Amino acid sequence: MAAIDSSNASTPFVDFKNVWLAYNAELAAANHFAVEAIDLQVRQGEFIAIVGPSGCGKSTFMKLATGLKMPTRGTIHIDGAPVTGPLKISGMAFQAPSLLPWRTTVDNVLLPLEIVEPYRSSFKARRTEYVERARKLLQKVGLAGYEDKFPWQLSGGMQQRASICRALIHEPKMLLLDEPFGALDAFTREDLWCILRDLWTEQQFNVILVTHDLRESVFLADTVYVMGNSPGRFVVKKHIDLPRPRDLELTYTPAFTDIVHELRGHIGAHRTATSST
Amino acid sequence: MNSKQLQTWSPWILLITIVLLWQGACTAFEVSEFIFPSPTRIASQFWEFKTIIATHAWRTFWVTMTGFGLAIVVGVLLGFVIGSSRLAYAAVYPLMTGFNALPKAAFVPILVVWFGIGVGPAILTAFLISFFPIMVNIATGLATLEPELEDVLRVLGAKRWDVLIKVGLPRSLPYFYASLKVAITLAFVGTTVSEMTAANEGIGYLLISAGSAMQMGLAFAGLLVVGAMAMVMYEIFSVLERHTTGWAHRGAHNN
Repeated sequence: MAAIDSSNASTPFVDFKNVWLAYNAELAAANHFAVEAIDLQVRQGEFIAIVGPSGCGKSTFMKLATGLKMPTRGTIHIDGAPVTGPLKISGMAFQAPSLLPWRTTVDNVLLPLEIVEPYRSSFKARRTEYVERARKLLQKVGLAGYEDKFPWQLSGGMQQRASICRALIHEPKMLLLDEPFGALDAFTREDLWCILRDLWTEQQFNVILVTHDLRESVFLADTVYVMGNSPGRFVVKKHIDLPRPRDLELTYTPAFTDIVHELRGHIGAHRTATSST
Repeated sequence: MNSKQLQTWSPWILLITIVLLWQGACTAFEVSEFIFPSPTRIASQFWEFKTIIATHAWRTFWVTMTGFGLAIVVGVLLGFVIGSSRLAYAAVYPLMTGFNALPKAAFVPILVVWFGIGVGPAILTAFLISFFPIMVNIATGLATLEPELEDVLRVLGAKRWDVLIKVGLPRSLPYFYASLKVAITLAFVGTTVSEMTAANEGIGYLLISAGSAMQMGLAFAGLLVVGAMAMVMYEIFSVLERHTTGWAHRGAHNN
């Protein structure tokens, strides 16, 4: 069901080779890196999660993976090509839905199509077709009937769903989520886990989910990377072998909680190790 | 009358109360009409000189609106430049703040040397006094974009221009309308001040000539007309604001 049996396992979809990033030349000269020695290979269609304490460089990692920041050292290849600038094959969503209050929900979802090629040049001519696509996507995440409402008329969870739709409307090969459910209550969050799971199962894009919620990462991801504190580097890589499709009941099984517990141990251990030095 | 109605009518009730108190005080203490005219005196003078007042008021109005229109164009353009570039912001902002601190009335004699007595100095004074709030508000609206949203769009290949047009400008519209409401009242101040020394027409000129002829009722009538014109323009911009950028005031209007 999931993308585990991807055929082109030989060339990874995302390939970080010894990537270091300092935010400017001065910091680089002082050997002060935001992330260091990142090595990461992700299969086509793989769902990975990056967990770690606040300020450990998770968001920096996102900027590297989307080409918004260039690495100071090392190379990044995505989809077989070296990253040289912003990657249009990626869609992003953040903890704040940041929808535009003067646009209706469906118009917010359409925003990327007004910007990214090849949709941009045909936007006026094929607008009705795109609107239809946006409405379908919104219905898929349970926002049927809210398409023409303004974002401020929606609840936080609904806004976040719309934000994810906006990230997916141009059918990106890679979806990057930076603590997307962090501001939601526990029940809404679990709802959205399932929505994300279903979208991913259906469309088979790559997902890089940055989160500090271990249960979330174990429930959703194929592989969980634990990032240690400043400078950010991966301290643990953990394959989640839980069978798919997964449903919420799984989160109450011993197998699940054991993995969460183990990952928690890695974060704790690493923190004491660094704080004692 | 419920509290909602009371709120709607409260400005009129307050106005009537003030006028009554004013009239009462003038009558009770027998204040000379040459020192401090009573409302009835102002009203009768207003009626007596209504055509003269109307001519001067019309002049002040179109001069102000011309200066104000200029202020909108220049303010929006400058605000756009300053708000969309960090370098321009750093370079221009301190100078502009310094410029804004100068009393605009002090420019009038200079403008008279350049443009002579008449329309020129008044339009330019109205412009100089009112473009600053417009510029600052546009710049602020543009400069305070959410970084996440910018990332979402930049990753799609959005140029700075796309972000400005799609997000920055609509976002700064509420700031723009807020600044119009401040700027229009300032523009009337600018025109009137300039007309007092550098024109032969307009409410400012009327105030000076009425004052020197000890026609205090007429002078007060002139002041009222300027105030009324500013209030009307302010209300027009408020209505425009509510109709175009209602999304920015949802909290206030939903309940």
